[in-house]
Amino acid sequence: MKNKFELLFITLGLLSLLGGLFFGVVASLQFVFPDFLQSIPFYKTRPLHVSLVVAWIFLASIGGIYYYIPSQFGIKLYSKTMSVLHFIVFLITGIVIIIAYLMGKFGGREYWEFPPILAIPIIISWLLFGWNYFKTAFKITSEWPVYMWMWATGILFFLFTFSEAYVWMLPKIKENVIKEIAMQWKAYGALVGSWNMLVYGTAIFLMEKIKNDKSIGKSKIAFLAYFLGLTNLMFGWAHHIYNVPTAQWIRYVAYIISMTELILLAKIIYNWKKSVQESLKDFHVLPFKFLVASDVWIFLNLTLALMLSVPIINVYTHGTHITVAHAMGSTIGINTMILLASCLFLIDNYIQSKYSKIELKLIKIGYYAFNISLLIFWSSLIIAGIIKGVGIVKNGKGFQEVMNDIQPVMSVFSISGILLFLSLLMILLPPLKKSIRFLFNK
Amino acid sequence: MPINIKRSIFFTLLIIFLIYTVFVFNAEPINKVGYLSQKAQQGKLIFQKYNCISCHQIYGLGGYMGPDLTNVISTQGKGVEYAKAFIVSGTQKMPNFHIPNDEIEMLLSYLTDISKSGISPIIKFDVNVDGSIQIKD
Ligand code: HEC
Repeated sequence: MKNKFELLFITLGLLSLLGGLFFGVVASLQFVFPDFLQSIPFYKTRPLHVSLVVAWIFLASIGGIYYYIPSQFGIKLYSKTMSVLHFIVFLITGIVIIIAYLMGKFGGREYWEFPPILAIPIIISWLLFGWNYFKTAFKITSEWPVYMWMWATGILFFLFTFSEAYVWMLPKIKENVIKEIAMQWKAYGALVGSWNMLVYGTAIFLMEKIKNDKSIGKSKIAFLAYFLGLTNLMFGWAHHIYNVPTAQWIRYVAYIISMTELILLAKIIYNWKKSVQESLKDFHVLPFKFLVASDVWIFLNLTLALMLSVPIINVYTHGTHITVAHAMGSTIGINTMILLASCLFLIDNYIQSKYSKIELKLIKIGYYAFNISLLIFWSSLIIAGIIKGVGIVKNGKGFQEVMNDIQPVMSVFSISGILLFLSLLMILLPPLKKSIRFLFNK
Repeated sequence: MPINIKRSIFFTLLIIFLIYTVFVFNAEPINKVGYLSQKAQQGKLIFQKYNCISCHQIYGLGGYMGPDLTNVISTQGKGVEYAKAFIVSGTQKMPNFHIPNDEIEMLLSYLTDISKSGISPIIKFDVNVDGSIQIKD
């Protein structure tokens, strides 16, 4: 199995995604029916959901990067042993984290709720990845296409921001709750930016491969978009904390920087017609279908993000389900869609056997069902958020009253979550079957 | 785009980012609010130990199953005893964690200190022309 480590990352990633969505469904049902599955209560299912989905994003990106660089540039990976070690550390840490959650052992901050000591093996696994990546990447003699820059940035910034996510342990930060929240969200904002770098880099790589056009990753536009993304990763995070009484300039910087993303939105709208034509041309290619869906989700989420970054809108939407809509739209609609494209592409290249007609049909139906249920899911969160925001800020309603108001919408949200899970199963079962068979053969 | 330009842009951004990080790290909150007593700092760790944030928000950040706790102590009609009652007994939706007394005291100390740091959710505000807002008490 040592020689199939890329596939191990991908397969474990797909399993994490299934697990992550499963706990998401359970958590959403518990939101509506608090008595549901008392043996694993909400305060455990929520972190299980988040951590498994984040693990999916990392595993799928990493597996792809390990596989694509050598094949694309005709070079050898610096060290296979290191990659296998990387996988083992990731797997063991992941299992320990899941056990800690199930036992109710927390101690960390939101999103990294596991006992802080487990941050150490995570850092080690990323150091292994980074070392291997740069040692390999510097063997490339031609100029780096933009996705190599993006992956490098993703790795460096993960290491930086993940460490930064632990400054709450320093006396200077822990003595003041406002400073602590500011540093926490500085780290988190950039951390999400760092995995976006890994994922968007993958998208550009796939686009090049599918379109068979090596100029895509070298174009000026691609690099300008990368630098704009990097600027937002670095300085845009404070739109998460407009309502926290940090120094005023921190919030102003974020407001101004966030608005630069209007350029990206304008670019999408400007190229609309051309993109549609380009998309139709290759829509029959299975992985490409997922890239097209991710483009639509980028448009929807970018529009939403821009609106949420305007303080006067944010004051209504902050602390409501609209924030969740944005998070779900980005992690499922954009990241998952791109990474599913990558996994399907990679598995097809890795394993030569073809899907049966029925399997292909299953994936295609799953694809449409997944996108439609995601749209319902996303919209219901936005509606719930609007009801909550207006209820509290404008009409001065109390918590209980607002929760009653959104109850019906949250039921729709839960049902669409179940559909989302089922349609994902339809997409995932054929490739999972294929890769697991291959892994355990010979 | 020539490689030198790419490198220069990257490293310029990186350097600005590092300087900016130092500034954010040292930035004092408005009116120097938000300082926590020793006991409150311990309370914050207890808050993490039981993962209260999975259901509750501080400044609107956190889970949405339960209410925002930023001002539970300072809100009229609520307060320390009120909060304590929830923590001690739980509700249909909120589990009773059977938290020992000393830890409950630390939690309450934490909630008391954050109550004084600011307001969440923001309900009274003025709008500036640039779309930013001015919080009113
Ligand atoms: C599983 C979700 C959940 C967890 C975990 C949880 N709570 Fe709650 N809590 C709630 C809900 C929901 C309410 C509102 C009352 C209700 O609807 O039952 C609440 C109410 C409260 C209140 C009263 C707030 C008000 O303004 O009325 C306090 C104080 C409180 N919780 C503190 C805590 C603390 C401290 C912890 C961690 C030790 C905690 N909660 C963990 C769900 C939770």
